[in-house]
Amino acid sequence: MTEAASSDWPDVQVHVVTGKGGTGKSTVAAALALALASTGKNVLLCEVEGRQGIARMFDVEPLPYAEIRIAQGLPGPDGHAGVVHALHIDPESALLEYLAMYYKLGRAGRALDRFGVIDFATTIAPGVRDVLLTGKVYEAAQRNSRNKGAIRYDAVVLDAPPTGRITQFLNVNSELAGLAKVGPIKSQSDTVMTLFRSERTKVHLVTVLEEMPVQETADGIDDLRANDLPVGGVVVNLVRPQDLSAETLAAARAGELDRTGIEEDLRKAGLEVDDALLDGLLTEAHDHAVRRGLEDSQRQLVAQLGVPTYELPRIAGGVELGDLYELAAQLRRQGMA
Amino acid sequence: MTRRHTRVGPLAATDARAPRLDVDALIDDSAVGIIVCCGSGGVGKTTTSAAVALRAAERGRRVVVVTIDPARRLAQAMGIERLDNTPRPVTGLDLSRGGGLDAMMLDMKSTFDEVVISQTTPEKAAQILENPFYVALSTSFAGTQEYMAMEKLGQIHRAARKDGSYDLIVVDTPPSRSALDFLDAPERLSSFLDGRFIRLLLTPAKGPARLMSAGLGLITNALTKIVGAQVLRDMQTFVAAFDTLFGGFRQRAQQTYRLLQADGTAFLVVAAPEPDALREAAYFTERLEADRMPLAGLVVNRASQQPESTMSAEEAMAAAARLNGEASVTAALLRLHSDRARMVASEARLISRFATGHPDVPMTVVPALPSDVHDLDGLRQVGALLASG
Repeated sequence: MTEAASSDWPDVQVHVVTGKGGTGKSTVAAALALALASTGKNVLLCEVEGRQGIARMFDVEPLPYAEIRIAQGLPGPDGHAGVVHALHIDPESALLEYLAMYYKLGRAGRALDRFGVIDFATTIAPGVRDVLLTGKVYEAAQRNSRNKGAIRYDAVVLDAPPTGRITQFLNVNSELAGLAKVGPIKSQSDTVMTLFRSERTKVHLVTVLEEMPVQETADGIDDLRANDLPVGGVVVNLVRPQDLSAETLAAARAGELDRTGIEEDLRKAGLEVDDALLDGLLTEAHDHAVRRGLEDSQRQLVAQLGVPTYELPRIAGGVELGDLYELAAQLRRQGMA
Repeated sequence: MTRRHTRVGPLAATDARAPRLDVDALIDDSAVGIIVCCGSGGVGKTTTSAAVALRAAERGRRVVVVTIDPARRLAQAMGIERLDNTPRPVTGLDLSRGGGLDAMMLDMKSTFDEVVISQTTPEKAAQILENPFYVALSTSFAGTQEYMAMEKLGQIHRAARKDGSYDLIVVDTPPSRSALDFLDAPERLSSFLDGRFIRLLLTPAKGPARLMSAGLGLITNALTKIVGAQVLRDMQTFVAAFDTLFGGFRQRAQQTYRLLQADGTAFLVVAAPEPDALREAAYFTERLEADRMPLAGLVVNRASQQPESTMSAEEAMAAAARLNGEASVTAALLRLHSDRARMVASEARLISRFATGHPDVPMTVVPALPSDVHDLDGLRQVGALLASG
């Protein structure tokens, strides 16, 4: 392995990963969990949207409401590697567990379920739903004596709801404010908020170099800051190959690539060159250069966001388990873990 | 239609012969009064609905498009920057064939408020609108946006039938967690409102309810302990005030559901050539069929374009390697070609997998444009690609 940069977030315990639909936030969350495990940390990777995306990425059975060991990081110089566990959090199970843990409500808990109260609580008020989801994340990050024998984690990575909903999701306090002004659920949400507002939490945003996702990322950051939620880094995902120099790109855009030279090179490489091949390559270079130009202007906007940024390549053919390790290594090299 | 078309993008490389989705035939069919665009988030649903609406208008339909959350510049181009629930005419179109296009952005909360107000007395409506539980329900109930999109569709449809204002309604659906949300939302909302617990909250602690008072006591105690007595009281007030509206809500939900099933409706499932989006599209297609909803076809957006030369990815990589560090520009061009060929091949695999599992679903493939769409010309271009895909 190449040497890793020192982490930009050494003291962060909860890494929240959000992003617009289609930007690959789940992939980034998984890669980040592996990257952290490769620094020797024990990591819990959580998902809360009922998609079972983690199970698909790691090629395991759909996850139950339990912490399942799914992968190991790459061993560091000392030969030690951290472990990644995964947890699929659903609000109903979280509520029942919460009732059992804090109220010893075994029978009453089941009665609540039977009367549809659990359903009611988790459907009517998304605030309640989010308190339960984030509450479980909190519990995993700050294990106490109530959950005996549970695994202790150095870091929790949360594959969170998309950018458009992230502030509302994390800001459980204000969502609940209208509903519960006092009472245990209110103090629960206060405790959760203390962790989320602290330096031990960071919200990372995943984007691609296109106009709408970048705009949404900028709006998301403003929104998080306005609500005192700690913004982490921006991960630019699905970046096109960066093979060509700026000069070559400019020439390709202007249609001024050295056609004769390229033709000679192609022959040197043992190819049978005809006009179709040559024109094809030049047209492809032109299209690529146009897109790279658009990407670069979006990249400048990302740079102006004033937060650390990381880039991950687009992997032709889709991300497989092996690719996750490669992405994790890239995040480490860039200092995200 | 005799015009021949060349396939662009992944389908060009596959043998899977999904029937072609003829978008122009769909929008020219005067029997089609509603087109619903659905699919998972980030696949270009809003752009697709706007492009379909614009093309239909320029081909002579009188169209209204209901969008959920358009990109700012697209909204500006269509003149719908305000969330005011009122369709506004889009200018700059070629209306020589007698069509027209209005556009509106859905305001979920005020749509919900309107329903409440229309169903009850002003006093009761005011009481409901203020209740914290109503506020939570109307702003962030999982599925409210979906439900309200369908409610708005129902409203516009009824009004259009009366005054003949539109003959085609195009609806964008919210970027749901799951595309199924919006089909389930009306049912979920009404079954929620019918829920046992709600009934329980409505039951005074006497009469037949005594029979279950043991269970009830247990529950009330537990709830008081967890949420506090105040919340429980708010909940009860809300449910009591809302009770008279339940019937109306259920009825409207059922009406909308029937409207979606009717012959004049057509569903377009939108996807991108990516595993998650196509998995969701497959799921959704099956679900539409199971619910006997009229599926028009699948739109695959943002497909990589077939490279112009036929050299394979492997051949290009091998040639690049043979250059052995020299001729870096040429080697880079070869690698670029290889990357593109691999993208196209993997998209083709995904799409043909879909086609194999759903051989009867017509499909159109729209190649990725180099830049984002944020003006009417861009929409026109997407419309043309949709129709020729």
